[in-house]
Amino acid sequence: MAKALREASLKPTDVKVVAFSQGPGMGPCLRTGATAARALSSYLGVPLVGVNHLVAHIEVGKMTTGARDPVTLFVSGGSTLVTAFAAGRYRIFGETLDIPVGNCIDVFAREAGLRPEKGLPVAAKVMKLASQGRELVSLPYVVKGMDLSFSGLLTAATQLVNDGRHSLEDLCFSLQEYVFSMLTEVTERALAHTEKPEVLLTGGVAANERLRSMLRVMAEDQDARFCVVPREFSTDNGAMIAWTGVLSYMHKTTVPVEQSFVRLRWRLDEVEVPWVEDEDAD
Amino acid sequence: MLIKKGAEASLYLEEWHSRKVILKKRLSKRYRVPELDREIQLHRTRHEPQIINRARKAGVPAPVIFMVDLAEAAIVMEFVEGKQVKQVLNDLQQEERVCLCRRIGRLIGRLHSNGIVHGDLTTSNLILTPRGKIVFLDFGLSEQSGELEARGVDLHLMKRALNSTHYRHARESFGAIMEGYREVMGDKAAEEVLGKIDEIEKRGRYISER
Repeated sequence: MAKALREASLKPTDVKVVAFSQGPGMGPCLRTGATAARALSSYLGVPLVGVNHLVAHIEVGKMTTGARDPVTLFVSGGSTLVTAFAAGRYRIFGETLDIPVGNCIDVFAREAGLRPEKGLPVAAKVMKLASQGRELVSLPYVVKGMDLSFSGLLTAATQLVNDGRHSLEDLCFSLQEYVFSMLTEVTERALAHTEKPEVLLTGGVAANERLRSMLRVMAEDQDARFCVVPREFSTDNGAMIAWTGVLSYMHKTTVPVEQSFVRLRWRLDEVEVPWVEDEDAD
Repeated sequence: MLIKKGAEASLYLEEWHSRKVILKKRLSKRYRVPELDREIQLHRTRHEPQIINRARKAGVPAPVIFMVDLAEAAIVMEFVEGKQVKQVLNDLQQEERVCLCRRIGRLIGRLHSNGIVHGDLTTSNLILTPRGKIVFLDFGLSEQSGELEARGVDLHLMKRALNSTHYRHARESFGAIMEGYREVMGDKAAEEVLGKIDEIEKRGRYISER
């Protein structure tokens, strides 16, 4: 906090509101942040704002890319969902029916014996190996409406690693092609359904070049603008909570300390977002 | 004449042996590698007419298939006159809406009791004809399955579609669909599938790292 204040050239007394991630997520992590935020808010005597971290990912994405009313694909180790704004909330059009996509790739990588190296997560290694793959190995392609399922695909890909008939490069290549095609297909369907003008990609998996290129091509074909959130704002970060806190605060949605309990399973579509303008009333 | 360019296919209204038909042509996707693109197109083009025929045999209205052209990934089918349920649902009186949803529920029950899951149940894929018949479209993602999981997902998709597109009447409409479903499937199967939907929804919520 001291460093943040120094970098922003501010004093603690300049702070007018304290925002914190109220959910969804894992209890111990959320409670740590919430405890600090409550203490700070009562010490400084300023209001507290509880932010939904999924909303924050979308808001910081819109702010950093200039997107106004996008279909958002949020892909990380903890979430996989396709969402767009309608009538006061971010509505969920599609999501994973079992495991999140980042989790699918990470587990595959670990099963394949890949280990993270200094500064290089295993998913980046999968991406690198995939770029050397040539032969597409058949895997289950599971899209249901705009929902997705990755667990069968993960099991199949893992078995293929163990059975050793294909090179790891080909398997990484195939895994990426299948998984990202599925994601692009449901995003395209949501785009066609909502007729929104933009596609916004965010979350940790947004770092993947192949996913970006697929979505870019799809957006072009649908006459939509493609936006990717810069890496420092696409994984979990404090700035997105702060920014969404500001938006909430301007619409007077503060939370009293005694009601500021964390919400482990706080769904994105439960949150009213009064700062987003309704472009069409119905 | 192109009448709809969807995400997955273009629909053309054509004349075919002096009959109004729909030509559904699946689109090639530049974002996919060609092998995968072809595999998906072929699978869906081959699969959709088969399931449509099974659904029709089971007494669920769906377009008559006239011709399948695998090379072109195209299907020629009956042109169904009417409006999408998506367009009419919000404007109906409550009583009519509940009645319509109950009928939809019965038809979904009929699909499921015949081992068919639609795979893309939305109000855009249901047509209400001028004579009041409900016709099911777009079986491209459907499958033959009697599994509870598959049925649960199917109804979960319908519920999701209602929540995202018909949020004002979503709860009531889904309730009516499940009433109709229960009439066909019986109490036990209906309770089981409701439990499954609940489980699926909890699964889709926030999943922390394993």
